[in-house]
Amino acid sequence: MIEIVDIYKTFGENAVLKGISASFKAGKNNLIIGSSGSGKTTLLKCIVGLHEPTKGEVYYDKENFTAMNFEGRVPIRKQIGMLFQNSALFDSMTVEQNIIFPLNLFTDMSKSEKLDRANFCLKRVNLEGKNKLYPSELSGGMKKRVGIARAISMQPKYLFVDEPNSGLDPKTAILIDELINEITEEFKTTTVVVTHDMNSVMGIGDNIIFLHNGEKWWEGSNHQIAHTDNKELNSFVFASKFMQAAREKL
Amino acid sequence: MFHSLGRYILLLRLSFRKPEKFSVYWDEIMREMVSIGIGSLGIIAIISVFIGAVAAIQVAFQLLSPYISKSVVGSISRDSTILEFSPTISALVLAGRVGSSIASQIGTMRVTEQIDALEIMGVNAPGYLIAPKIIAGLTMIPLLTITSVILGLSGGYIACAASRDIATSDYILGLQNGFNPVIVTVCAVKSIAFGFIITSVCSYFGFYTSGGSLEVGQSATKGVVFSCIWILFADLVISSLLL
Repeated sequence: MIEIVDIYKTFGENAVLKGISASFKAGKNNLIIGSSGSGKTTLLKCIVGLHEPTKGEVYYDKENFTAMNFEGRVPIRKQIGMLFQNSALFDSMTVEQNIIFPLNLFTDMSKSEKLDRANFCLKRVNLEGKNKLYPSELSGGMKKRVGIARAISMQPKYLFVDEPNSGLDPKTAILIDELINEITEEFKTTTVVVTHDMNSVMGIGDNIIFLHNGEKWWEGSNHQIAHTDNKELNSFVFASKFMQAAREKL
Repeated sequence: MFHSLGRYILLLRLSFRKPEKFSVYWDEIMREMVSIGIGSLGIIAIISVFIGAVAAIQVAFQLLSPYISKSVVGSISRDSTILEFSPTISALVLAGRVGSSIASQIGTMRVTEQIDALEIMGVNAPGYLIAPKIIAGLTMIPLLTITSVILGLSGGYIACAASRDIATSDYILGLQNGFNPVIVTVCAVKSIAFGFIITSVCSYFGFYTSGGSLEVGQSATKGVVFSCIWILFADLVISSLLL
């Protein structure tokens, strides 16, 4: 489980996060949603340590991550897998090398064991046989899947996903959502997904946090979100005509 | 300026932290050595031969008279090639070729979140990305400079052979006359210093890139410009201290 306590983050005069507290449960898809500029990605970066919070703490299974130095964080980071918005695959490496990279650095596995693990991860994301391709030879959806394969190569306890559906067609976006959901259930990971895609919210949102102007505005599940009377959340969730029509039928 | 200098020193300190696994870093060092060394061999060979040839022709044009020995062309070409042309001009060319490549490569990794991905995995990103480049620069740029000296002096020989104003035997005699080994030491010190400047300064500008592709280009330009300035400054300091 991951807990964040009273997280503040300011950039100069600009306060992006204003005292956010939440807990993200193990084996569940925890979604951070909100409109553009609401602080979703900044919060995610504070949780994984890419940004240092101006104030507040992040706990990974009761261990205070924010109080640790670089070396102290390494054991926790080895248990983190992350899928970036643009996949962030290493351009100079093949798909297989991308997946094997963390195994090379942090495990004593033999070459064949690492290859087996890479093949398992690729099979898990339905990309068998794509080992020798370079990221430039992959489509957007394939890059996301390789990103997921790399994220799960170290069998992470915590999985972070930043905008998994950005730039994808609706069908591929749903496939990626399903994959994230399956991995969360299969590996019992604490999964934190940052998104503003309503299909993801309704499809995989076990626990949802809605951010508005850097503050936590609402928390609940995908079953509760359609019936909320929170004005800002309603205007976010039912912004599209499709969702408005869906609400009338609910 | 002091803020940038402080960040540069801190980045270098982070770069030389204990590696997570030496074998992975060793592979990176080898890859960078091939990229910097073999990749730059062609351009260094071409400029060295031409600069050596031009140096010999210009020395002959300016100094030759019935009162001066013809072998002086070889002596002056040798000293200027070893002391200045090979280390400094090679370094300036390498700042353009290697430095811009380093800054844009690391800068692109920064803006496409590849450096963030390394950090999330628990990898010391400056150590993995910058240390192998600096080590490769410290080893390959002196070797390229040695190659440049040999080819520069060969270029002078070719120019003498082609012009027929100076006999090649006079040129070779000049190369051997009055040789002072300290110029080799100065050349070695310069090439090591320039190797460090090119790789570390360009890595610094690449690592702290923020924004998009426009900023990556700007980082590469800044890296090359600042490397060139520091190369010329280091050239002055080393020359005045060692000569």
